Amino acid sequence: MWNYSEKVMNHFRHPHNVGEIENADAVGEIGNIVCGDALKLSLKIDQKTETILDAKFQTFGCGSAIASSSALTEMIKGKTLDEALKINNQNIAKYLDGLPEEKMHCSVMGMEALEAAINNYRGIQAPEKQVEEGTIICNCFGVTDQKIIRIIKMNNLTTVEQVTNYTKAGGGCGQCKPEIEKILAEVLRKEKEKKKTPPRKMTNLEKIRLIQETLEKEIRPALRADGGNIELVDVDGNTVYVKLTGNCQNCPSMGFTIETFITQKLQRSVNKDLEVKEVKE
Amino acid sequence: MKTIYFDNNATTKLAPEVFEEMQPYFCDLYGNPSSMHHFGGQVAKKIIEARMRIAKLLGAKSPSEIIFTSCGTESDNAAIIGTLRSYPQKKHIITTKVEHPAVLNTCRYLHQKEGYQVTYLPVDSSGQLDLNELREAITSDTAIVSIMYANNETGVIFPISEIAHIVKEKGAVFHTDAVQAVGKIPFNLQESPIDMLSLSGHKLHAPKGIGALYLKEGTKFEPFLIGGHQELGRRGGTENVASIIGLGKACELASLNIAEEQNKVKTLRDKLENSLLQRVPSTRVNGDRMHRLPNTSNISFEFIEGEAILLLLSDRGIAASSGSACTSGSLEPSHVLRSMGVPFTHAHGSIRFSLSRYTTEEEIATVINELISIVDRLRAISPFGPKNKVSIH
Repeated sequence: MWNYSEKVMNHFRHPHNVGEIENADAVGEIGNIVCGDALKLSLKIDQKTETILDAKFQTFGCGSAIASSSALTEMIKGKTLDEALKINNQNIAKYLDGLPEEKMHCSVMGMEALEAAINNYRGIQAPEKQVEEGTIICNCFGVTDQKIIRIIKMNNLTTVEQVTNYTKAGGGCGQCKPEIEKILAEVLRKEKEKKKTPPRKMTNLEKIRLIQETLEKEIRPALRADGGNIELVDVDGNTVYVKLTGNCQNCPSMGFTIETFITQKLQRSVNKDLEVKEVKE
Repeated sequence: MKTIYFDNNATTKLAPEVFEEMQPYFCDLYGNPSSMHHFGGQVAKKIIEARMRIAKLLGAKSPSEIIFTSCGTESDNAAIIGTLRSYPQKKHIITTKVEHPAVLNTCRYLHQKEGYQVTYLPVDSSGQLDLNELREAITSDTAIVSIMYANNETGVIFPISEIAHIVKEKGAVFHTDAVQAVGKIPFNLQESPIDMLSLSGHKLHAPKGIGALYLKEGTKFEPFLIGGHQELGRRGGTENVASIIGLGKACELASLNIAEEQNKVKTLRDKLENSLLQRVPSTRVNGDRMHRLPNTSNISFEFIEGEAILLLLSDRGIAASSGSACTSGSLEPSHVLRSMGVPFTHAHGSIRFSLSRYTTEEEIATVINELISIVDRLRAISPFGPKNKVSIH
């Protein structure tokens, strides 16, 4: 049995915005009954402001497909089309407190239906023509190289199995798996090259954000495990001022922790010249 | 919430009588049946009794034709690999496209790693084989033909007696995976040309982790699990005593209940199936309805997807299975339904109900009612199918 989050189950059990908008301003259809899931999204759009006034969906699919569709409609209502287009499959999965890896393709379907609907509204392309972009790699599910490349980049995928989980490509007869592996290797190679080119100098704002993110993701969990915590007080040039709280305050090994653990982590993620100073009350 | 368990082809409840019979053999009578002392010897006697009970249910000629194993999968592996080792010069295996993975993946492995040729016989839209195709496939190089007795997903029963006769005429060994059939339909193996038959305890109200392989007297066999002298040297390893005794008791109960299984369970199954076919539009039964296990029904509800149905059933305390992509662990629907050419529109929305002798009238009525509302609910969300949309909240 899948380990669905409570939120997925809630959206599945009590889906929001089911149905079809009469005289919809935009319709996006993705998937088909043969593939095992399909989503039809219809939108009511305010012409002047390009704001999504209403969104409804119809979905054929499993629990997470229905939940992803329901979540999508909730997420886009009230947004302008440009704002809505910024929503990607990660955002949908996050909104649902995560989806099992094998079910990530459901969130991708949501994103694609939204794009299809907006393209339909803007007269960019008829939705059914979109599939023809690029070359079909997976014949079982009709997945193109363009889609595979895009989803790999968007989700930082690194294995063929992940590509299958996110796009369904390779999930049928499996004959295209070597082809997917080639595409994946090529994308990863390019990404690696990109990283090699020296990064431009960070702005102060970017630096502070990155410090905060590193504290949040890499440092705080470790301190919390010992009943401690850390707060960012200020950043001045390359000096980072932090305040230690909880058990950390009186911990005899704190000097060592700051010197090695915290400084090293920050240097690695932000820049190698950073220096960390503790602020006491 | 009380569970309504309609997933007996996956596993079954341990019969209380079986549990009772097993209990002394954990903490009190824990002797090793191979020991020379009476403490072990009394356990050996119970194992003989269990072997006799199984032989009786199968209509075997002698209890020594029964080899205890750890599960149905081990029995299948032992039968196929044990036969191939007995005929090292023969390099061809015949099976079907709709076997359980225990047979299917064993054959795939033998092809990929050991170079065996494997013929996978196709089935028609009712899930039945073309026996002429079987006849033509057997050559002098064919070591073993392994064809299941009844399909776990659809319940379709193959004409095994006829198949066994064809295989024997052509001089190959015949094995059948009867894991789903034993306990549900009568057997008389001494009158049958079947050489080998696999069964599994937990499909007939015995515990999980115990199986058996029937090996007709005189059949060539090399042990699959090599070790001590247990099982007359045909399967090493100290006996899983309590489970063997449990399996014996379960087989005795099955012998007593088989008529009930055939009648009562079948009546309930038919009631469930017919009511759903009548009351839910765009619904069909997958598989040959004439030749089928009495307890199994595989029904497709068009325009909706199986996992969604199972989740809503589960919310109401009802346990069943599906052949849909999302539940098969892959992205494609079950290999059995695909081999039968069930349209994808139906395969994605397939549900397997498998009943047992513990199933009640009341449970059938509840499942029918709940399912009707679940199908309505999901069809209201679906973009496909007969349009009768209502908004739900």
